[in-house]
Amino acid sequence: MARIAGVDLPNKAIKISLTYIYGIGRTSAVKICKQIGIDPDMQINDVSADEMSELRRILDDEYKVEGRLRTETALNIKRLMDIGCYRGLRHRRGLPVRGQRTKTNARTRKGKKKTVAGKKK
Amino acid sequence: MARSIKKGPFIEKKLYKRILEANKAGQKPMIKTYSRCSTIIPEMVGFTLSVYNGKTWVPVYVTENLVGHKLGEFSPTRFYRGHARSDKKLKR
Repeated sequence: MARIAGVDLPNKAIKISLTYIYGIGRTSAVKICKQIGIDPDMQINDVSADEMSELRRILDDEYKVEGRLRTETALNIKRLMDIGCYRGLRHRRGLPVRGQRTKTNARTRKGKKKTVAGKKK
Repeated sequence: MARSIKKGPFIEKKLYKRILEANKAGQKPMIKTYSRCSTIIPEMVGFTLSVYNGKTWVPVYVTENLVGHKLGEFSPTRFYRGHARSDKKLKR
């Protein structure tokens, strides 16, 4: 078990393990491995301490991950809400922002179904 | 797909002209416009534009934060006032 950027990485191939960090996907995981010059398929436990600190350094300096990334996204959304534009209004209401239909579906944004009593014909 | 940079932001010519003229004259009159698809440009900052939403003109005070958005984004076209209560419930 290794800790990077405040996240516990499970003992898996590095390219998979790194994706447990918020903001790192498969593509950037492989890219980081190449940058340091380690095999992306190597297990996390086999990574040497030097390479580990190199990983930390790269994630710190060159990537926006975890808390910092979350704050940025939250600020972007807050900006939309503050200027009162259409997208901001949709965020406020908790409805889909990008023009999807809401007659049906849209459950990811709207949350669990709220059944209205007496809606039968 | 995003608009090509080569073309620059879209602004209705008439509106653009009026903004420039008003800027030159140093006044910021309320300008009524139908052009919801016009991009808000830095020259518009400080204006109050009246943007048509299909029924009425909605006043939009342009600040620096709004630059880059379209006028229509600030003039909602639909109003949702909640669902009507069913008759059954009213009787009880």
